[in-house]
Amino acid sequence: MMKIHLDENNIVILTIDCEKKPMNVIDEEFVRTFHQKIEEITSDETNTGLILTSARDEFVAGGDLEMLRSIKTAEDCVEVTSLLHKALRKIERWGKPAVAALTGTTLGGGYELALGCHHRICINKPKAKIGLPEVTLGLLPGGGGTQRLPRMIGIQSSLLYLTTGKQLNPEKALEVGLIDALADSEGDLINKAVEFIKANPAITQPWDDKKFRLPGGEVQSPKGYQVIPASTAMMNEKTHGNYLAPKNILCAVYEGCQVPIDQALEIELRYFTELVLNTSSKNMIRTLFYSINECNKGEARPKDVPASKISKVGILGAGMMGSGIAYATAMAGIPCVMKDISEETLEKGKAYSAKVLDKMIERGRCTPEKKEEVLSLISTTTDPQDMKGCDLVIEAVIEDRGLKARVTQESEAVMPEDGIFASNTSTLPITGLAKESKRPDQFIGLHFFSPVDKMPLVEIIMGEKSNEKALAMCIDYVRAIKKTPIVVNDGRGFYTSRVFTTYVSEGINLITEGVSPAIIENAGKMIGMPVGPLAVADEVSIDLIYHIIKQTMEDLGTEAVDKATLDLSTRFVEELGRLGRKAGKGFYDYPSDGKKHLSPELSTLYPVSENQPELEEVKDRLLYIQSIETLRCLEENILTTTRDADVGSIMGWGFPAWTGGTIGFVEYIGPQKFKERCLELERKFGKRFSPPKILDGKESFYI
Amino acid sequence: MKTVYIYDAVRTPRGRGKADGKLHTVRPVHLAKTVLESIQQRNNLDTALVNDVILGCVTQVGEQGGCIAKSAALYAGYADSVSGFTLNRFCGSGLEAINQGASSIMSGYFDMIVAGGVEAMSRIPIGSDGGAWMIDPDVATKTHFVPQGISADLIATLAGYTRTDVDSFAVESQKKATLAWEENRFQKSIIPVIDQNGMTILDRDEHIRPGTTVESLSGLRPSFLEMGTKYGFDSVATQKYPQVTEINHIHHAGNSSGIVDGASVVLIGNEEVGKKAGIKPRAKIKSFSMVSTEPTIMLTGPGPATEKALKAAGMTIDDIDLIEINEAFASVVLRFIDEVGADISKVNVNGGAIAMGHPLGATGAMLLGTVLDELERQNKSTGLVTLCIGGGMGIATIIERV
Repeated sequence: MMKIHLDENNIVILTIDCEKKPMNVIDEEFVRTFHQKIEEITSDETNTGLILTSARDEFVAGGDLEMLRSIKTAEDCVEVTSLLHKALRKIERWGKPAVAALTGTTLGGGYELALGCHHRICINKPKAKIGLPEVTLGLLPGGGGTQRLPRMIGIQSSLLYLTTGKQLNPEKALEVGLIDALADSEGDLINKAVEFIKANPAITQPWDDKKFRLPGGEVQSPKGYQVIPASTAMMNEKTHGNYLAPKNILCAVYEGCQVPIDQALEIELRYFTELVLNTSSKNMIRTLFYSINECNKGEARPKDVPASKISKVGILGAGMMGSGIAYATAMAGIPCVMKDISEETLEKGKAYSAKVLDKMIERGRCTPEKKEEVLSLISTTTDPQDMKGCDLVIEAVIEDRGLKARVTQESEAVMPEDGIFASNTSTLPITGLAKESKRPDQFIGLHFFSPVDKMPLVEIIMGEKSNEKALAMCIDYVRAIKKTPIVVNDGRGFYTSRVFTTYVSEGINLITEGVSPAIIENAGKMIGMPVGPLAVADEVSIDLIYHIIKQTMEDLGTEAVDKATLDLSTRFVEELGRLGRKAGKGFYDYPSDGKKHLSPELSTLYPVSENQPELEEVKDRLLYIQSIETLRCLEENILTTTRDADVGSIMGWGFPAWTGGTIGFVEYIGPQKFKERCLELERKFGKRFSPPKILDGKESFYI
Repeated sequence: MKTVYIYDAVRTPRGRGKADGKLHTVRPVHLAKTVLESIQQRNNLDTALVNDVILGCVTQVGEQGGCIAKSAALYAGYADSVSGFTLNRFCGSGLEAINQGASSIMSGYFDMIVAGGVEAMSRIPIGSDGGAWMIDPDVATKTHFVPQGISADLIATLAGYTRTDVDSFAVESQKKATLAWEENRFQKSIIPVIDQNGMTILDRDEHIRPGTTVESLSGLRPSFLEMGTKYGFDSVATQKYPQVTEINHIHHAGNSSGIVDGASVVLIGNEEVGKKAGIKPRAKIKSFSMVSTEPTIMLTGPGPATEKALKAAGMTIDDIDLIEINEAFASVVLRFIDEVGADISKVNVNGGAIAMGHPLGATGAMLLGTVLDELERQNKSTGLVTLCIGGGMGIATIIERV
């Protein structure tokens, strides 16, 4: 795990190499070994300096989340973490120089090791990343990061990296002071480290000097009084109080920077421990790290189906979705052919990719050569015959059963026998569409989100007859285009559309009850949804909501639809022409010369009642309704794993990450408490809040 | 309970709270000494009769730190037996000093008090003492802290006050203050600040801008727009007030209280001590109150404080002849008037802090002196003083001439 080498100058080179792990990460064994080695090195008086480096392409990728997950008590957390603090303090106060010789990516705990050295040099690898991303998983840098970084670059600059988790490449990191020097190669790295040690035989950390002042101003100073309150407010603007980690980071910096470093580390450790034991952080780690990784690695893929051959992808329809899918496919280096009945649409469809790529060139993230290469992979046609040779055909035409049936049959006539046909429908059940296919077992749903180039999720829908090969093909394809797949079974709205719709419907229920539209929208934002439910309705367009609900009613009867949504959407579409943003009016008005705002007409249509509900109740309704519907999806086997539920909700429609996802939220509340609250809400607002049976007796969804 | 009498009230003029303000060369302890000496001399007072000097001072750091009340009492030559007490009730400090003093006299704990306040804002900037509420991220987060200007704009947004409403009020404040000075209405209480050579440094309120119009104010940029939208404070406020979609930022330097330097004191005591000192009471304190309300909107205390003081005095708002409410921000006054149903012609008849400035810790006692002078000038009987206070607090005092 760590090798010691003594060079001819009596400089110790401590090389990290976590052989048992795919990457260098800090776990408990690491901390204990590191502590012991540092004790040894610093107690040998003949040693003249220390170079801390790695045998890997990366220096250290961070703390081992498995270790953090296994911590159950505050005492355990404090014991292990203090050992790391002790080792780093030992280095800092040794009196002899220690240099962090970074071989590449240096993140989280890895960067904290570097902060505990007197000097940081990194090999200039453009793809290497340096930073403290802990906050993105609901944690804080607990190895002294919240204390050493502000002491090094000042409170204001450090908060940028601490509270956003922003990562920089070595060049940028040097620019802003996260590291002190760059090296060209491994040899250069060690040479520069040796040079530094020889030039600075006796050294102390700046913050161990009695005359040390925080760069950029102390906490209790006019500058501090300017920076800290604004940072707090901006943090609360973003988090709405839902995320504990950024708040704890601010607190640790504020408190810690007023006392000497040793006491500061104690303060940091209290805030760190609180996060390690916090349910929201645990949920975030589970979903945003483990579950997403599992999805990305294709955990849901049938193991014994051999890797799919995808030599060419056919895309039917060159509208928004079709052109986005073509772009994503070509970006992955897979040739695709886009078919439409209109040449003009096809041209526009291809131009879409060109536009996206031009923007990337502007930002320096693509080259004109790469653009040409990508565009050359997209061909267009009006002839169904050109689906010949496509291993996968993705249908993205309008939501019309007849049209879909025709293009399916046209394609199947020329596709390879073992080709897979996937429909990008977002509303029509796959099993029904598959009835028009001559190979229903090779027919599957592949639900992309708009805009395709930005949205990271793809929902794969298994029709009644879809086979394992179809699933394997879809997962292989989704992975190839670097998106995250979730796999669900067939049903109206599948998983994502079905649950997402409840958020909008609940907003509509609230407004028809006379709740102030401002409260509805603010409550939506305060639970952490990207926008309020009424704004969402305007974006997806109210006539679409109306058409879907009419279709559902035709298919399943009046009982199956939400009455408030039916009534309101009918009124908005048939009487008022309030179709949403595209019509310039919906719940909001969209003046051509100003900002959108909630329409004052709403209060005439749905008078705001004098007695407004408690804000907490409005927030609960908007959150609970989504988790309840998700539980029903689990019950009905639309969803087969909590993993797909959580990942799909956060990546698909922006369900708040602090919950860990729609099931994560149930866990956050506690299944039995969740059930009790459902019963309360059911009594007040009706059956849509009745607790699903799956909650009965449940203690946890993750054991 | 003993009756508390007001024997006298004095104040310095208010100097612009900037480096070019006339009082910027004057130490706060000198300002306090000026009013303490003056009230002693005017009443030929044996200071040994005074039990305590209580001064409100909000930013108690540097030369305003270390209990400036005791420093000033000694510096003004008060007897060694006079104790000193400095308190911080934010903007209510000056009136709180009087109310605390009144409580001590009512209970018999003290007989005579000199109470007031001092604040040299040009020298010790507002907010330079920090404080957990504003600075500590944990406290600020838990309490939804926003700066007062955001609160003032929130009040206006909720009540629907427009920029024209608040600017018109500000113009009136300037007009009334200008007229009051032209007619020498403050003459009785204003004590010029003089230097060691007897030369006058400042003898009139320096912050007033006669000739201010709604048009001349219309060019001023809202002071709290950037703070609210760029630094997140609007969102912090609307998280507490979700019925608001957007805060209407309408306050600016021209319709908010001015930053100034100044000091003020009031001499209060029971009946016997007045006789002993050979001085006549000008008024008595009928009642006083302290309340606290929701802290994010913060500046809504005057209404409930007034109701509470009225109730304690067995009066209604119509029984009050003149009202002084601190013009921290125009919307605070407009809301107060709406809330208690005050007759606007009785409110701040000689202008207020928008025109003349608000020297934080000193303002409360200045307002009490102002209302007393005006009651005497108009030969009226009852007056109310009230101020909004940080943290959601509110303070009020009702007096009656004797």
